[in-house]
Amino acid sequence: MQTEDMRLDGNAAGGTLADVFVPEMTAARLTCSGCGITRPMGTLLEYGQTMGLILRCPGCNTAMLRMVRARGCLRIDVSGTSFIAVNEGVATV
Amino acid sequence: MSSTQVNEAPARLEWRVATVTSVRDETPHARTIVLDVPEWRGHRAGQHLDIRLVAEDGYEAQRSYSIASSPESASVELTVERIENAEVSPYLCDVLRAGDGLEIRGPIGGYFVWHATLEGPLLLVAGGSGIVPLMSMLRHRSRTAAGPHTPVRLLYSARSLADIIYKQELDAVAGTPNSDIAFTLTRSAPSDWNGYRRRIDRAMLDEIAWPAADGARAFVCGPTPLVESVASLLVDLGYAPERVKTERFGPTG
Repeated sequence: MQTEDMRLDGNAAGGTLADVFVPEMTAARLTCSGCGITRPMGTLLEYGQTMGLILRCPGCNTAMLRMVRARGCLRIDVSGTSFIAVNEGVATV
Repeated sequence: MSSTQVNEAPARLEWRVATVTSVRDETPHARTIVLDVPEWRGHRAGQHLDIRLVAEDGYEAQRSYSIASSPESASVELTVERIENAEVSPYLCDVLRAGDGLEIRGPIGGYFVWHATLEGPLLLVAGGSGIVPLMSMLRHRSRTAAGPHTPVRLLYSARSLADIIYKQELDAVAGTPNSDIAFTLTRSAPSDWNGYRRRIDRAMLDEIAWPAADGARAFVCGPTPLVESVASLLVDLGYAPERVKTERFGPTG
């Protein structure tokens, strides 16, 4: 069961995102394909963590990024994100 | 390019085994775990680690815990709040001992981070163990040349006096220039308590927060309802949304 009080945010997804993306991603800016607003990944609402995660737009609730891990395969759906901007040269330290 | 420059390509984030060098109780419900992490390359104030526990039958549980120590510190410290009937925090708080190994990856995060060279006063708002990443920022501020020039105000909401993590250290910070620290107790308070005694509300933020025109940077961390309420109140008070950085802590620990 997922209640509104249980949602986290994109900060908590930073480690899982690092399974796919090499640059630090919580500071990356994502544009929602639902409402067109661009926000840092860290501000997206995060639901779930056992099998995978969903990051939703805090403005219009569009599922911007979904990751599911099953049977040795990581599946990623970014159809809710129209654009991603990542600063280069920003170290993790 | 020298190897010390920060714009070198980021290294891939790998799981590795840290060694617990010591543990200490902060409150009846929170414990600090001091880690020695092999090949640790340092962290930024506000970052966290992921911790992975694997049961004998292969069942895995993974959680994120904020780093409490200053980036200038040689060791890596986490402070973990014990949540009853949870999967990970009771193990970390009750079972883990000095000498044990702990599977970690990190440091993680580039959004909810602060550095002493950033301009503008600092507003920190914490609920419960949400103080942990903010403590790393305060420690960083105390230990760098630029830090003390940044005026800071902290508003920290806890259930009771005994639940305030780092109380002594925070009182010491409050005695230094440019540092204001306010506590609010939401469940019980001693009869002689002269701090706030209610949940954080607009009137409290009106008194504590820097005026919006001061261009403060706000960092808000704690349970989801507190974080969302405080962030929205700060925006109502005139803070630019991008100056209000938030990190939600979950109840599943």
